[in-house]
Amino acid sequence: MCVKLLPQPDICMSSDVIIQAIVSGLLMGLIYALVAVGLSLIFGLMEIVNFAHGEFLMLSMFFSFWLWVLVGLDPLLSIPLVAAALAICGFATHYGIVRHILKAPMLAQICATFGLAIAIRSLAQFLWTPDFRTIQDPLVAGRIEIGGIFIGQPQLVAGLVCLTAFIGLWLFVSRTETGLALQATAQDREAAAVMGIPTDRMFALGWAIGLACVAVAGSMLSAFYFVFPDVGINFALLAFVAVALGGFGSIMGSLAAGISIGLVESLGGVLISPSYKSLIVFGLYFAVVLIRPTGLFGRY
Amino acid sequence: MLLELKNLEVAYGDYQVVWGVSLNVDEGEVVTLLGPNGSGKSTVLNTISGLVPVMRGDILVSGASIIGRPTHHRAGLGIAHVLERRRVFPHLTVQQNLLLGAWHREARSKRDATIAKVASMFPILRDRANQLANSLSGGEQQMLALARGLMAMPRLLMVDEPFLGLAPQIVEQMKDIFENIRKTGIAILFIEQNVRLALSMADRGYVLESGRLAVAGESKSLVNDKTVRKVFLGE
Repeated sequence: MCVKLLPQPDICMSSDVIIQAIVSGLLMGLIYALVAVGLSLIFGLMEIVNFAHGEFLMLSMFFSFWLWVLVGLDPLLSIPLVAAALAICGFATHYGIVRHILKAPMLAQICATFGLAIAIRSLAQFLWTPDFRTIQDPLVAGRIEIGGIFIGQPQLVAGLVCLTAFIGLWLFVSRTETGLALQATAQDREAAAVMGIPTDRMFALGWAIGLACVAVAGSMLSAFYFVFPDVGINFALLAFVAVALGGFGSIMGSLAAGISIGLVESLGGVLISPSYKSLIVFGLYFAVVLIRPTGLFGRY
Repeated sequence: MLLELKNLEVAYGDYQVVWGVSLNVDEGEVVTLLGPNGSGKSTVLNTISGLVPVMRGDILVSGASIIGRPTHHRAGLGIAHVLERRRVFPHLTVQQNLLLGAWHREARSKRDATIAKVASMFPILRDRANQLANSLSGGEQQMLALARGLMAMPRLLMVDEPFLGLAPQIVEQMKDIFENIRKTGIAILFIEQNVRLALSMADRGYVLESGRLAVAGESKSLVNDKTVRKVFLGE
């Protein structure tokens, strides 16, 4: 089969390449989605934009990296440890910073999480230098071939782990009493409070869960991606796009938007040009924001 | 005495809105808080449930001060607050809204029994158990808000403008519901702007004017009270 390319209609491309791009985009999209859902959860709960989200991703990648270097623990096995560490970071961020600025003007809220981002990034540069690092010989490496399609095994495992985390999060939020209380707090915090729901604790829990999601994504990324202090910036940008596309506070919206971004990025890279892939993603974002400001699945 | 306010003063920043209000509600009583728009009625209820901090004065429940207790502890003290404009959780089902109403420990342990009782009081909610709350009509949402308040097994149910925006036949239905709640022994403190309607339902009433208590007394005596007419009709 032959697929025509947009800029060069005379060049023919095999359908394998397209399917390859779809599979890679899908797997990367699952990681984007898990990063985005943490951001979305925190915003949906208390209308605070976590500008330090990418830095928490970077932190979790470094935690994963150092656990591998110092203890020899593979990123796949250290997920629970890294998730627990980031959940603690979430509690600390809420009780140390966020709860004090909940009623502050928006500019103060922006400065607080943005300042946290800069502080964490600078600290990482100070402690670990700006070097690019990689994990050598992770437990899962190499690639498998299925009908002419090559899938990197770390990417495949990462996608599956992220999907599992996503399903777990969705079940927790929609099926447990605590999850219902989280939703109630997001929808009307005063009504939740007068019914006896400790809203401040729910906020803290939202931060812990949101950052634990980032931790799972970060652990998985560290197995096949460079680990360096600025690594979070690009992922955070994509997460903002995903949250805006999916609708603030919508879990399934984040999933759909994350996957869409992964697909658009990878297909755009193949069909048009890899150097334009970010342009296509942000162009899509711009179009959706103009046409449907509440996001594709948004309520707010 | 179930609830006692002593010289309550409340301010939003520098702007004081409640000036030395004292009122009380006894077990099983129905009391109404009347007053024109902006007279501080909702602020008084919000202060009792802890959504707004007290500047001066005291709030006692069964004789003990509850000042400084966070909002989410007050449901456990037997105070349920049905906020103005219903405030149901729009994207949760009727059933989920009701379950969340019984959050504090005591209410949760008897949740199944309470939900059966509440469902018999509000049969329409049983029919719509799996519908999202925002798909209900205004009257149904008000019933859900009341039912959710009852799920907390309160001794005092505070209701902020239960009849706001309801069709006349729904208002009649709602009056019957209030009568049924009263029969279960739960005290009610409610806000209403329609003086005649409120006094026909309540044992006693308090009238607020610009954050100050203008007059208080038995419903029968308030119906023809000169001050009440002055506050509401400007006579």
